[in-house]
Amino acid sequence: MAHDIEIVEKTPAEYDYKKRRSDRLMRSQLMMFALMIFMTLISFAAVQAGFSAYFVVPVVLLLAAVQVGLQLYYFMHMSEKGHGLVAFFMYGGVLVAFLTVLTFVTIIWW
Amino acid sequence: MTTVANSVGQKKGFGATLWDWLTTVDHKKIGILYLIGGGFFFVLGGIEAMLIRLQLLVPNNDFVSAGFYNELITMHGTTMIFLAAMPLLFGFMNAIVPLQIGARDVAFPFINSLGFWMFFFGGLFLNLSWFLDAAPDAGWTSYASLSIASTGHGIDFYAIGLQIAGAGTLMAGINFLVTIINMRAPGMTYMRMPLFTWTTFVASALILFAFPPLTIGIFFLTFDRMFGGNFFDHTMGGNTIIWEHIFWIFGHPEVYILILPAFGIFSEIFSVFARKRLFGYSAMVFATVLIGFLGFMVWAHHMFTVGLGPTANAIFAVATMAIAVPTGVKIFNWLLTIWGGNITMTTPMLYALGFIPSFVMGGVTGVQQGAAPLDYQLHDSYFIVAHFHYVIVGGVVLAILAATHYWWPKMFGTMLSEKLGKITFWFFFIGFHMTFFLQHFLGLMGMPRRVWTYMDGQGWNLFNLISTIGAVLMAIGTIVLLINIIVTTAKNVRVGNDPWEDGRTLEWAIPSPPPFYNFAQTPLVRGLDTYWIEKQEGHNGYTAAEPVTDIHMPNGSIIPFFMTLGIFIAGFGAMYRVDHSWGLPVLVFGLAFTFLTMAIRSVKDDLGFYVTKDQIRRMERGRD
Repeated sequence: MAHDIEIVEKTPAEYDYKKRRSDRLMRSQLMMFALMIFMTLISFAAVQAGFSAYFVVPVVLLLAAVQVGLQLYYFMHMSEKGHGLVAFFMYGGVLVAFLTVLTFVTIIWW
Repeated sequence: MTTVANSVGQKKGFGATLWDWLTTVDHKKIGILYLIGGGFFFVLGGIEAMLIRLQLLVPNNDFVSAGFYNELITMHGTTMIFLAAMPLLFGFMNAIVPLQIGARDVAFPFINSLGFWMFFFGGLFLNLSWFLDAAPDAGWTSYASLSIASTGHGIDFYAIGLQIAGAGTLMAGINFLVTIINMRAPGMTYMRMPLFTWTTFVASALILFAFPPLTIGIFFLTFDRMFGGNFFDHTMGGNTIIWEHIFWIFGHPEVYILILPAFGIFSEIFSVFARKRLFGYSAMVFATVLIGFLGFMVWAHHMFTVGLGPTANAIFAVATMAIAVPTGVKIFNWLLTIWGGNITMTTPMLYALGFIPSFVMGGVTGVQQGAAPLDYQLHDSYFIVAHFHYVIVGGVVLAILAATHYWWPKMFGTMLSEKLGKITFWFFFIGFHMTFFLQHFLGLMGMPRRVWTYMDGQGWNLFNLISTIGAVLMAIGTIVLLINIIVTTAKNVRVGNDPWEDGRTLEWAIPSPPPFYNFAQTPLVRGLDTYWIEKQEGHNGYTAAEPVTDIHMPNGSIIPFFMTLGIFIAGFGAMYRVDHSWGLPVLVFGLAFTFLTMAIRSVKDDLGFYVTKDQIRRMERGRD
């Protein structure tokens, strides 16, 4: 029953590296956050501007897909190590769901 | 600590034994429960098959009524797929996969037990339809227009029974995924996993993606029949074709959920009894994963005659034929594994050798049906019946029988009689080909499937007679197997770790049956065919990755049993709500009971127990 707590001192180099790394992460997260708000504004604006639905619907769906990607990679850290299998399963699921929706849209409902 | 004390071989009373099995969370015991449950339903489905064949023995037969015949074919299909083939495979997965990857249990032992009880109560619910009302009668596919028009509660039993059993299957699938991803022993990389573990992994991924569509489809059906929904009623704006799509989006991956573990079982058997490393291991893994993916892109080939249009039919036809490629890769790899091997003709090996030609025949007729224009001729004829029995019996059932002989010593510590095993094989194998081979020609002669009887003078009489005789031979084979099991259990001759003497994977490195904690020390895996490597270096047993330490094990629990019981009761409430006033309260009570058990599970901390070093040492010494 190993309950011992191991305390590892960081070397100054390690400390510096960690600090710079989290600074970089913080910067990219803030940038992405701004970008996502901007994209949300575009979506609302597109609906408000009264463009044709055939233009607005695809644009809003596309922006939504991009936002999901940004969310997963910048805020849920999917780009980091050890997420390969998760990504594989997610893309597998997306592929299966996409094919299903595509089939329904093309041969049942239209 | 009571569990530890009890497991050191003291006699228990009947009540204690029953309680032990009802509360068990041990993957080996749940595996045995799955085998017993699946075996029971296998015999039940077999009896239904015998009645079907007796009815078709002679033209214009009135052995059973037309309505009862529809119930028989529906229940035969549903029982064999959901309640026999899958649970039997789950039995072997549960018993063997944790041993193959060097784990002490599955990732979620509680959910494992819950999954079993969901399957069992779902199957019980479905089969109570024989006694309480009429059995479902719209075929195992239960196409919506027919199933919604069906009178009585038959289809309700189908919908609710499969919903419960399907939820159990989904839990089992997720459990295996998490187990294989997270609980492999040190050194057991993905590309060192035995093929049975790999195929279990891919089949579980298919369960994860394929069962939710079934759940949704059955919910739609339930709502249409019991709660006034109109999902499939075209007069109310619904669409009956959607059921067919949803069912086959589930149904096609389902056949791969069945066949992939069968492929895994045969891969193990070929390399053990040819005394060779599996030929093209990495190609086998890749082919398994590829089949898993392609399995989701071909469902509409069950619906070529629906009228999807030439473009859709062409796309799905090409995708369907593409599956022959990875499957062909597998067939050639098995042949090359046997090639030049030092072959021992044991019962499992006989099944494996019989499987290759049988399954190839089923595969070839599959490609034929994949050609959409030809399928217009074959659709709904006995050719289809012949095809899917060739892949399911020639693939899955032969694998289950092979695995029964192959892993019996590991699971029960005794060896099934080889002599009786071979008798079973020959009866079953010859009977199988006699039953189904001629059905190809019956189909080509124009005999439609799912017909209650047929007229004299169409030239179908002789083939149907031979087909029925074949079915009797299969039944004899199964009875011999049951006798074999009883005799073996009664004789109780114990065997050692590696009774086949050529075991390659980790499960053969530990006692048969394994102690409840499986591995006294977590093993270190140094390559593919771990135990074979150890034997080549003259070691007895496995290399340990850690010193003997205390082992953390989960406690048993009765909660999964009661949790499922609540859903089972709620099912009756939902169904009889339509015609009795007591239905609604029973529905509410059942669901409330289940939520109560969930709350108890959430609130009550159950941290399991430790087996101490001293106890492990004592038990390991007791064995030597």
